[in-house]
Amino acid sequence: MGKRIGTEVSIAVAEAVKLARVDVISAYPITPQTHIVEDLSQIVANGELEAAFIPVESEHSAMSAAVGAAATGARVYTATSAQGLALMHEILFIASSLRLPMVMTVANRSLSGPISIWNDHSDIMAERDIGWIQIFGENGQEIFDLTIAAFRIAEDKRVLLPVCVNMDGFILTHMIEPIEVPDQELVDRFLPPFEPAMKLDPANPVTMGPVGVPEIYTEAKKQCDVALTNSKPVIEEVLQQWAEIFGRKYSLIEKNGTESAETVFVTMGSLGETVMTAIEELNAEGQSVGQVRIRLWRPFPKEEFKQAIKGVKRLIVIDRALCPGSTSGPVAAEIKALLYEESEKPEVINVIAGLGGRDVTRKDFKTMLDMALKGEFKDDYTIWGVRSHAE
Amino acid sequence: MQYPAWEDLELGAAITTPGNASNLKTGDWRSSVPVLDEDKCVKCGLCAVYCPEFCIAEDEEGFYRPDLYYCKGCGICAVECPKEAIKMQREGE
Repeated sequence: MGKRIGTEVSIAVAEAVKLARVDVISAYPITPQTHIVEDLSQIVANGELEAAFIPVESEHSAMSAAVGAAATGARVYTATSAQGLALMHEILFIASSLRLPMVMTVANRSLSGPISIWNDHSDIMAERDIGWIQIFGENGQEIFDLTIAAFRIAEDKRVLLPVCVNMDGFILTHMIEPIEVPDQELVDRFLPPFEPAMKLDPANPVTMGPVGVPEIYTEAKKQCDVALTNSKPVIEEVLQQWAEIFGRKYSLIEKNGTESAETVFVTMGSLGETVMTAIEELNAEGQSVGQVRIRLWRPFPKEEFKQAIKGVKRLIVIDRALCPGSTSGPVAAEIKALLYEESEKPEVINVIAGLGGRDVTRKDFKTMLDMALKGEFKDDYTIWGVRSHAE
Repeated sequence: MQYPAWEDLELGAAITTPGNASNLKTGDWRSSVPVLDEDKCVKCGLCAVYCPEFCIAEDEEGFYRPDLYYCKGCGICAVECPKEAIKMQREGE
């Protein structure tokens, strides 16, 4: 089935989008763009994909064109990163509130300033509440698979929401990895042609995006919130079907390491792989340590997360974004809020690590564990690896 | 007017009945009502031309009168009338 190739992950994502037979790709083609849309523009120009490629003048326009195209019933894709995602901001809410399925890859990079093009999650965390399904992948194959699966999820009649697939900038986007690329026929079996639930059609006119007067706005928001929450079982179902056809299973929350571990690292994105190697070594040394990887960020898989950390004494939650002036980073805040009602809850240590492309290595995780066991994390959150004259 | 429960809203709060804005009683917004002095009116119809709500129409006698279901009481007709034949009067006075 298919072929296994060595390729840059961004190019693999372009291949996934091609296999998904999208109708429209709208994207801002220059910085902070990745190779994804560059490659897609070639694929379209070469006639390998029958799609409209719209190179727009800004990401605000990229998302606006994506919304317009999706409203006509097209299968739509776009990709962006960092400042580009920030520039899309207001239209991201429009896409979800109009219940328009589409898929966007976000190559997670730091928001300036200072000017940075490197990896962290500050771009997507600033867009946390856009009402999109938000998935984090941790390696190239996963990103490839989730990109195709995202179309099925978005277009499911029980969901009808845009989906954002997050991949760590540079660490994944510019990495060459072995990727298994399935045959078109198999992808077609998994992903049938898009049948929109509602579209702009002169023969059957509708108004999309009308004013939501105070008597309607709250109900409209309720509808979107319920749709996002209720998408969780559908996402699980789609990923199960993916596993049946392609043989790779993705859970919403994944556990790894010692059974009934005392200390558990919690990560999103590619750091999960670093933690995996670190805890293999720590387990070999006899340390009771495990890991939980959050693959689905929105809607947050509450029950699955609680189940995964049952009996754990201590969580070391790694956030790759800072919430300045807050009680913790965004992932830790989510987890603390979730655990508040629990009678037995673990200690939650929050480490903000890997900002602006700063490397986080196995050694860092070992040091974190060591510090946690000695009770050396005193603050609500700790920004990791800061050079300082203190101490 | 009865507003729908959230479960009954169309997908993405879309409007699927084109032209349903005609049901919206914008006359509820009005605080002043235009009153026509028929002695001054020359039936030129400029008030109808300027009305942003398109709610002024010619009646059987040739006078131009607003449909108060829609008239928001903006007063543009009173300002534009070349004969000063329209006065805005506070509602309820």
